[in-house]
Amino acid sequence: MTDQTQIITPEGFAEDRFAETPVPTLEDYRGGVAVFLPVNADPASLAPHFSVLSLIVVPFASSADGRGFSLAAALRAQGYKGHLRARGHILVDQFRAALRSGFNDVEITTTQAARNPEAQWRAVPLGTGYQSRLFAA
Amino acid sequence: MYTYTDFDRDFLRARVAEFRDQVARRVDGSLTEDEFKPLRLMNGVYLQLHAYMLRVAIPYGTLRSAQMRKLAEIADRWDKGYGHFTTRQNIQFNWPKLSDVPDMLDALADVDMHAIQTSGNCIRNVTADHFAGATPGEVEDPRITAELIRQWSTDHPEFAYLPRKFKLAVTGTEEDRAVIRFHDIGIRVRQQNGEIGYQVVIGGGLGRTPMIGKVVRDFLPRADLFAYLEAILKVYNLSGRRDNKYKARIKILVHETGVEELKARIEGAFETQKRLLPDLNPDVVNRIHESFAPPAFKETDFDPNTGQTPPLQAFIDTNTHPHKRADHLSVTVSIKPIGGTPGDATSDQMRALADIAETHAYDELRISHEQNVILPHVHRANLPAIYAALRDAGLATANIGLISDIIACPGMDYCALATARSIPIAQQIGEAFSDLDAQHDIGPLKIKISGCINACGHHHVGHIGILGLDRAGVENYQITLGGDGTEDATLGARTGPGFAYDEIVPAVERLIETYLDHRSSPDETFLALYRRLGLAPFKAALYGDTHAKAA
Amino acid sequence: MPRPFAPKIATANHLLEGDVIYFTDPGWSRDHSDAAVAQTVAEADALLARASQEPHLTVGVYLADAALVDGRPAPTHFREAFRTCGPSNYFHGKQAE
Repeated sequence: MTDQTQIITPEGFAEDRFAETPVPTLEDYRGGVAVFLPVNADPASLAPHFSVLSLIVVPFASSADGRGFSLAAALRAQGYKGHLRARGHILVDQFRAALRSGFNDVEITTTQAARNPEAQWRAVPLGTGYQSRLFAA
Repeated sequence: MYTYTDFDRDFLRARVAEFRDQVARRVDGSLTEDEFKPLRLMNGVYLQLHAYMLRVAIPYGTLRSAQMRKLAEIADRWDKGYGHFTTRQNIQFNWPKLSDVPDMLDALADVDMHAIQTSGNCIRNVTADHFAGATPGEVEDPRITAELIRQWSTDHPEFAYLPRKFKLAVTGTEEDRAVIRFHDIGIRVRQQNGEIGYQVVIGGGLGRTPMIGKVVRDFLPRADLFAYLEAILKVYNLSGRRDNKYKARIKILVHETGVEELKARIEGAFETQKRLLPDLNPDVVNRIHESFAPPAFKETDFDPNTGQTPPLQAFIDTNTHPHKRADHLSVTVSIKPIGGTPGDATSDQMRALADIAETHAYDELRISHEQNVILPHVHRANLPAIYAALRDAGLATANIGLISDIIACPGMDYCALATARSIPIAQQIGEAFSDLDAQHDIGPLKIKISGCINACGHHHVGHIGILGLDRAGVENYQITLGGDGTEDATLGARTGPGFAYDEIVPAVERLIETYLDHRSSPDETFLALYRRLGLAPFKAALYGDTHAKAA
Repeated sequence: MPRPFAPKIATANHLLEGDVIYFTDPGWSRDHSDAAVAQTVAEADALLARASQEPHLTVGVYLADAALVDGRPAPTHFREAFRTCGPSNYFHGKQAE
């Protein structure tokens, strides 16, 4: 990867525990442990590999493009239990939505991380939202 | 109406604090304008032509007097002493400073109000029939469903960055005052074999490509509502176009994909959601149902002749709607004084409305999508007192449903997107037909004016629609005829070339003369005559005979 | 045939106040007639670039056509003319200042 990136978890800035894991594109995916899933892909196509996969990376080309949130929710709905990562232009203000949609962490450029230091991410309130109250059956 | 719990209040305070922080981060450079813009929009803050604008949510148009008084206070303290009621049952303040908005939001939170999701590419504030809970013929108060939708859609993690804005409306009657056929999702509460459910319509909308919504479910069982809504939103979020903002609404997805194919995809997503989505929390549901229980209606013997005067009778004839109880009425207060700005109320008028509601009308007010204020429950015995109080406040104009009850968007007097002015056209039409007797003679007529192709003034569904455009650096106004936003949903037809700023009001006058000349009797409305005779006589009046034949 | 170049000014809204401002190169004014004027395409590009250097003060910087009246810039399009005064339904905005 040309640009350096920063991983952010609910605990704050973190080391990338998948730093050594190659993440092939969906085209090049041959049944390994990690894959990069474009936002126009059908999440159901990966379902047969869920038991092997331990990392799925979903891109955010722009913070205005919310497809990744629905894609993450769809992967979780179809039974994916492994690590789910949002990579790209994700705002501090979208961190809560990313975690609630099923992502485990986000990966932003170090350029953006310089503008949005760790304290901003740690200040995001992660409490419960309307949906968890409404559907708490 | 729905009263907030600690959960709702804590949510609002946290949200205001978050926005205060977002403004600070925009100023210190942590957020660029491109990043900040969607965040401020989701909190109701637009940048207009001369200033910012704050659009405050009035969920399903329902307000208590204390809330209306707070709006008046905000208008006085942070704005210019007035507010503008909108076609989506909200209120806008036209002159706030960005640095004051967090304080304005805190003031709103004092009375359980906010500006959340009144703009941006998210699920917008949900609207409902403005006579909900009062009108005869209702299956159920649609605000029960609308409040559930409000809670479900608020800060929904999946659906805050959609391809484009997304609007829902709910009605509980077969008559459609909520314009459900022109929303992204329109919902009609229905009853089948004693069970409550919903007719669901998708893909309606106005804007530059007006479309009438398509029915995708005739009867969706109540328990399936959110699984079905989530299915629609998931399909839209993943498949809606993001390459062109003018083709990004769900109506274009419906049009380009075909309703049957899209319906199949929605049903597929629905099967998954139905399996996964937990049931609604019965405590929350029960609380909402109880919130919309009708008020304790007053039982009074009264003489309908007491206090009767001809002006009061004229007001009752024009500005009231039947109530489900024979001894009550719903009163529509016109926010369309002759020559005034449609939908604008001063802070003093807001306080007068609050006082009237509190003293005479069970403390309840509504905003209609036609930019008027409604007292939904009024005992007939209170009509003389209400009329007198309205007259004192300059709010007794008896013109509901008549030619001067015009819908107009803010147009280029305020809006950064507008291509021409709307408000002065509405003012001039009002003045041209200022005589109320003449207005009554013309009868029911809906004029709707938009200042650009985005159609916020709903011109496509006006009996007479006016669209203001910029033609080579000059304002130009096109006319459409025969539009209808009710259960008979119809799009207006364009008459032909547009008119200059100083020609449009005389053109409207010619349309009215044509109607009066051709109608078979005073009972034949403008719309009925148009449906009988079509465009031809109107085109002749607008452009002369040669033009009409050539066109 | 290309249209003759119309002189340009740079304008925006103030980030915190929200009102209309004009780039005076350097600095900003609330008055259209104070605006710096670009007479060529190259000057206009450079003017826009310099006006865009202060994102913490401004929102939505853009170039607008102007005409020179007694050597000072005046708006040519009706939208820009409205921006110099305010709405037509109330005496609010710049016309009241």
